[in-house]
Amino acid sequence: MTTPAEAVPEVRKDGSQHKQKQMIADHFSRLARAPRTGDKCVYTFVPGNLTELLLSFDLLPVLPEINALQSGMRGKSREYISLAEKQGHSEDVCTYVKCDLGMMKSGNVGPTGEKIPDPDLLLLSYTGCFTFMKWFEILRQEYGAPVAMLHVPYQGDGEITAAMRDYVVEQLRRNVIPALERVSGKSYDEDRLSELLARSARAEDDLVWVLESAKNRPSPIDAYFGGVYYIGPIFTAFRGTDEAIDYYRELRAEVEQRLADGRGPLAPDGEIEERFRLVVEGPPNWTSFREFWRMFADEGAVVVASSYTKVGGVYDTGFRHDPARPLESLADYCMGCYTNLNLPRRVELLSRYVVDYGADGLLVNSVKSCNSFSAGQLMILREVENRTGAPGGFIESDLVDPRYFAASNIKNRLESYLQMIDQKRQAGGTA
Amino acid sequence: MTGELELVVAEAEELFRDLRLGAVRRWKEETGGLAVGYMPIYVPLELFHAQGVMPVGIFGGGDQLEIIRGDAYYQSYICHIPRSTIELGLNGAFDCLDGMVFPAICDVVRNLSGMWKLQFPDRLVRYLDVPQNFDPEVGGRFYRAELESLAAELAARGAASYDASRLRESIAVYNELRGRVRDLYDLRRREPWKVPTHELYVLLRASVVQPVEASIRLLDRYREAALAADERRPMDQARVLVTGSFCEQPPLGLIRTLERSGCYVVDDDFVQIHRWMECDLPTGGDPLASLVDAFLADSVASPVRYIGEETKGRALLERVERSGAEGVLFCAPSFCDPALLDQPMIVAAVEAAGIPWTAFKYAENNGQFQVIREQAGTFSDSIKLWSD
Ligand code: SF4
Ligand code: SF4
Repeated sequence: MTTPAEAVPEVRKDGSQHKQKQMIADHFSRLARAPRTGDKCVYTFVPGNLTELLLSFDLLPVLPEINALQSGMRGKSREYISLAEKQGHSEDVCTYVKCDLGMMKSGNVGPTGEKIPDPDLLLLSYTGCFTFMKWFEILRQEYGAPVAMLHVPYQGDGEITAAMRDYVVEQLRRNVIPALERVSGKSYDEDRLSELLARSARAEDDLVWVLESAKNRPSPIDAYFGGVYYIGPIFTAFRGTDEAIDYYRELRAEVEQRLADGRGPLAPDGEIEERFRLVVEGPPNWTSFREFWRMFADEGAVVVASSYTKVGGVYDTGFRHDPARPLESLADYCMGCYTNLNLPRRVELLSRYVVDYGADGLLVNSVKSCNSFSAGQLMILREVENRTGAPGGFIESDLVDPRYFAASNIKNRLESYLQMIDQKRQAGGTA
Repeated sequence: MTGELELVVAEAEELFRDLRLGAVRRWKEETGGLAVGYMPIYVPLELFHAQGVMPVGIFGGGDQLEIIRGDAYYQSYICHIPRSTIELGLNGAFDCLDGMVFPAICDVVRNLSGMWKLQFPDRLVRYLDVPQNFDPEVGGRFYRAELESLAAELAARGAASYDASRLRESIAVYNELRGRVRDLYDLRRREPWKVPTHELYVLLRASVVQPVEASIRLLDRYREAALAADERRPMDQARVLVTGSFCEQPPLGLIRTLERSGCYVVDDDFVQIHRWMECDLPTGGDPLASLVDAFLADSVASPVRYIGEETKGRALLERVERSGAEGVLFCAPSFCDPALLDQPMIVAAVEAAGIPWTAFKYAENNGQFQVIREQAGTFSDSIKLWSD
């Protein structure tokens, strides 16, 4: 699972947006030049990513999930998925995997039109989803690249125990770091890692401020459709960099200004006048991202909090990367990502969002691809409804498989849900 | 079928079909012990046994359960076993269970553990994480801590405290069971007409819902009766290995269909728990270390385990070789991520080795097998033709 900011179409003209675009373009061009410059590329995943550790070795992260969602937004995913299915991959499994494989088989051309280099290492940090493990087993077979495995235990009891932390730290020390040393030809430098982590924490503070600005009425941001921009740098190749600090500082200033002006969030067709405040659980659809967003914006529905913006790290409950305990802090980060929380914790978090953000209800967008997110969402919905008294809504789509985006059906369901909220309001209900 | 053989199979089938777990209820009445359910694949049965707890295999509702409430918990694109499991939990079939253990199989089972916590807050609900790192100093240490905390949790619920000597005894008992299962698999490999898979399968299913000692007796009786069944004669069937059915189980009718359409199943992944470890565990020394070491070094190459440096598919090719299978049937539940993501990699290995294969999907509650009958029939015919 993941984030996308790179791929989100140009709907906003804020300075932070230009900055992010530039950061991404630079990153991809550095990747494209890697075969000539000798830079080494490490493929890895968003949830539980070890970006600071990679950067401390001057390694370049490549995130296949991001490539997949970009393919979805660029209208390429149908062809890629179909290619993978023709080669024997089941229609039942995660479409990110198939989209990535199809892209690879089609030359691995990234969003800037340049080829993404093959991996020098597959860093399988295995957080919150078993599909990741299979995905890199498949890529290992395809590329013949070595794999460094980091098994991140699940928070089955809703907590991180000392044994879990030790297990992750030991794997970092004994498996991951030596693999990074081998591929980079450099020695592990803990001081450098700590410096990067200190920078991460600064950017994380600003990100949390931005996300929490949605508690205001009207909310100055949309924390789902807009949120996917905001998480871009911190969930991907930039955590720990000065650029990320600058980006979040600039973003925060923009949101502060919007707040001061009493303005709502920008959507594809302009500013939204807030009529509904929703919490959304589940990832967005990428193949029809703008159309999907427009369905909300047209109704004045603003998403004030979302779980998707926590897949690459849950920062709003207090976690920050900690330079004083670098590896332990990376371990806690990995174990704390949203889909690594057990269901009761997910219910608690979403219920808290509904209450703290003054939302009218919880809407689930259930994606076919992702059991990690989807299995249990119907129960989550009922539990959150019971705990908050706010009504729940349910829509279904997929991440990058356009065959599962039934626009009229989704629109109908969304409209009925918002009507229900309206009726409850008129009846003096909780919504 | 001879009288005794018929009787044993009927007994096993009754246990297998008893979704309300009568044998567990009786055992509890007799002993006053705790019973804890576990989802398929692997959990350390010996540890439960050593603490006086009956581990009970929960393998879904098969084709006999009408889903009334379970569908309200799951979207259509999620496999069937979690909805039948929830259904059984809600309809009282599991009232005799004091808890449930959910091993780290996949995201669905993982999330089901949390659903169970929400739905049954008074019961013991435990997600058992197993390491994907197989270094004894890393994954081994983590797994040991998991086992210790599981033991403590069972004791806190009223089970006997962990005791090393009792665990050694339990390991010995489960070695017996594993040995019996291995022997039957060997016998079926040599003389598949003597041990039809639809019989072996119900015996295995029975073995997870009754006390281990009773299972050992049942398997002994079966073996003896099967060996004596001289009227069972070899037929011209293709020898196939069935893979992919390690969690949600195929309906019994599907297994019968494969056999009727001309296949001898000579190896499979059904009810894999007694074959998860390929060798016996040591009965001396530190028994927790034995459980840990066996898990790290001796587990089968399941799609739910990370296969590190080893070539994907090598283990399956070895199984093909050992079992003398002439073809591979990929037979996975619909929407089963681990099985279906694994399949193309294993297919590549199977194809490279020149072994014929075919693939289909099922759900545990399928009742129509016409398509599968034709597919398996054509497959077995082509193997026979080819081998001629
Ligand atoms: S199953 Fe979900 S979390 Fe896992 S890779 Fe696919 S989309 Fe991401
Ligand atoms: S059948 Fe497959 S996807 Fe479903 S619970 Fe079992 S392992 Fe998971």
